[in-house]
Amino acid sequence: MKKFLVALLVAAFAFPAAAFGADTIKIGFNIPLTGDIPKVGEMSKNAAEMLKEKINGAGGLDVGGKKYQLEFVYVDNEAKPESAVNAALKLIEGEKVLAMVGPQGSGRAIPAAEVANNNKTVMISGWSTNPKTTLDRPYVFRACFLDDFQGPVAAKFAAEQLKAKKAAVLYAVDQDYCKGISEFFKKDFEKTNGAGSVVAYETFTTKDVDFSAQLTKIIKANPDMLFVPQYYNEVGLIVKQARDLGFKGPILGSDSWGSAELMNLCGDDCKGQYFVTHYAAAGAKGATKEFIDAFTGKFKQVPDDVAALTWDATGMVLAAVQKMGAPSGDLAKDRTALRDAMASMRGYDGITGKMSYDGKTGDPVKCAVIVKITDKGEFSFHESVCP
Amino acid sequence: MLDTVIQQALNALQLGSYYSLIALGYCLVYGVLLLINFAHGDIFMVGAYIAFFAATFLMGQHALIPPASPVAVKLAFAGFFALLPTFAMAWWLGRKRSHGQALNVNYPAVVGGVFVVFSAAVFYFGQSVSIASGTDKLVVFAVTIPLTMVLTSVVGVFIERVAYKPLRLKGANRLYVVITALMMGIILEYGNLSLLGTSRLSFPTLLPRTVFDVLGAKITITKLSGIAVSFLVFALLQWIVTRTKLGMAMRAVSYDKFAVPLMGIPLDAVIIFTFFLGSSMAGLAGMFYAMNFPVLDPFMGALVGWKAFVAAVVGGIGDIRGAFVGGFLLAFLEVTVAATFSSELRDLISFTILLGILTWKPTGLFGKPKTTKI
Repeated sequence: MKKFLVALLVAAFAFPAAAFGADTIKIGFNIPLTGDIPKVGEMSKNAAEMLKEKINGAGGLDVGGKKYQLEFVYVDNEAKPESAVNAALKLIEGEKVLAMVGPQGSGRAIPAAEVANNNKTVMISGWSTNPKTTLDRPYVFRACFLDDFQGPVAAKFAAEQLKAKKAAVLYAVDQDYCKGISEFFKKDFEKTNGAGSVVAYETFTTKDVDFSAQLTKIIKANPDMLFVPQYYNEVGLIVKQARDLGFKGPILGSDSWGSAELMNLCGDDCKGQYFVTHYAAAGAKGATKEFIDAFTGKFKQVPDDVAALTWDATGMVLAAVQKMGAPSGDLAKDRTALRDAMASMRGYDGITGKMSYDGKTGDPVKCAVIVKITDKGEFSFHESVCP
Repeated sequence: MLDTVIQQALNALQLGSYYSLIALGYCLVYGVLLLINFAHGDIFMVGAYIAFFAATFLMGQHALIPPASPVAVKLAFAGFFALLPTFAMAWWLGRKRSHGQALNVNYPAVVGGVFVVFSAAVFYFGQSVSIASGTDKLVVFAVTIPLTMVLTSVVGVFIERVAYKPLRLKGANRLYVVITALMMGIILEYGNLSLLGTSRLSFPTLLPRTVFDVLGAKITITKLSGIAVSFLVFALLQWIVTRTKLGMAMRAVSYDKFAVPLMGIPLDAVIIFTFFLGSSMAGLAGMFYAMNFPVLDPFMGALVGWKAFVAAVVGGIGDIRGAFVGGFLLAFLEVTVAATFSSELRDLISFTILLGILTWKPTGLFGKPKTTKI
């Protein structure tokens, strides 16, 4: 009896390994399905599922003349750094994935990138814009621009188009993303408008809901505009409280505003404001429009930038798999081969723009889009800024 | 300079009003049962969600009643949904009295009566003024308050019956009841997460968003109403506890839980009343909190609940004045630190000061060692 049980146990553990046959390509997703920004996880998963259905529906991914079925594994990182590390370990060592997509936000992507790089597994983040994510990590890539590009774009837009001479910043000090982009914004804004032109530089910590003490200080400093590089769940609270305290100037956002849930939480207060992002859904053309239409038809909501970037990030991994050739079955060897194929990627035509890696870093050179929130609550294209 | 000081004082007042409202609930239950109801922060969260569903329901967003239907129809629906669980609870409580105590309070009559009178008043008010969209929202606001309070207290009493009462009957140590309360809180959080999903809800704007100017400082009606409500509730609780018979019974239970039934005081009824009162305060706090910070999430009660609990302890847990003052004290400390230093130091400095207060007066500002509480 005991032996039988042991045999059963061994079989049970061996089964998933057997399921990882030579005919499937397994990719892991390290995304926030719960926690503070669940919409990011939901949109990433939707985009990935859509891509999987498209490829598997056509018989699978064609690698060197042989069709491989895709298998996607989604692990929730709860939007917490420590959970993102656990999720990465689970995907790399437990699920034995070929590559990992995500985590999306920089706070989670930076620690998870360390794990991926140490385990010599390709990781590509769709949405992490902090420079530290890919720095000195040859196995880590991203599908978006960087904060040292985004921050200056925001500062330039504030000075030139919003005609701001004095700016204020309010950001979460415990988030790598928010802290990083605020510093880049401050540096560049002060370079054009003189030292001390960022008249208020206030912080809070994640989970805070009352920003009135900081906003009172900001309003007292009398800035021409307010820069809020925060995630969508905080934006609604900050913008509403700023208006309630009597702030009348424009409020500028960063790519973390671009969620489908922003207008639901912010409502009329965000209308007429601008933010920097990766693509604009309203008025898109070509392949981007096809993607938006298919996504809207399937999930009954307009895909946000996270969805588009996940689509591109996953697409790039699959293109690299095709480039590296048929998997040998030796995971370590395949992962290294995939890394080399990723690094040599040039001119990948994604729906958020053309992407190339220079072979040294995992950062593509891409254009930023400035989006205006219309009176109907749509994210409309305002202008495009290229490096 | 003066306007900044006034503005920060107003900011602290409005933050403190929520801390105080929640602290009052902690204090009430602790005062009577010597039980730290750690689920209270999550009952507050449930209150915010109930307020959300009540308000959006009355505004006709759930397709049960069309938005254009007359106020009377909406009120009838509201009354039905408030009274149904209340009567069900009252029936359940009155079903059997296993411990030989006569239940002197007629719950259906009391709660039903209060609600009918209130609805009639709102109905009359709603009829007398023209039902424009703005006024309609005021009616929704006025009906949401009792609806939220009643439904939240049903949840609170239910938790007491299901989780705490069995332990009390078995004579379990207070420690086990506290652990049970912690578990109840987690059940409420994750129950909400699995029931409603992870998406955030946005609380509708019910009061006009006029910004008033007070000597250069800005304040909205929503914030003012939050502050006013906390003062009203404090006065009401003080009156109930010190001037009414039920309040006297609560103090008696707090004094000696074992001798009190011998005097003919229905212990069960007093405990239910305490939970009813405490949870309705949490519901009220949840509603006003959600009106001011209109992003709802299942874990919103945890941190605020902890802070309110600390405020109640520093004030002297079990003392109503203590909970009230403690809530405002914490808010004033937080806002002052955030306004003069930076936000990273806010909790560090304000809680260090609270720690100092407790070292100096271990029973809290208003607490007296080893006497009756409440």
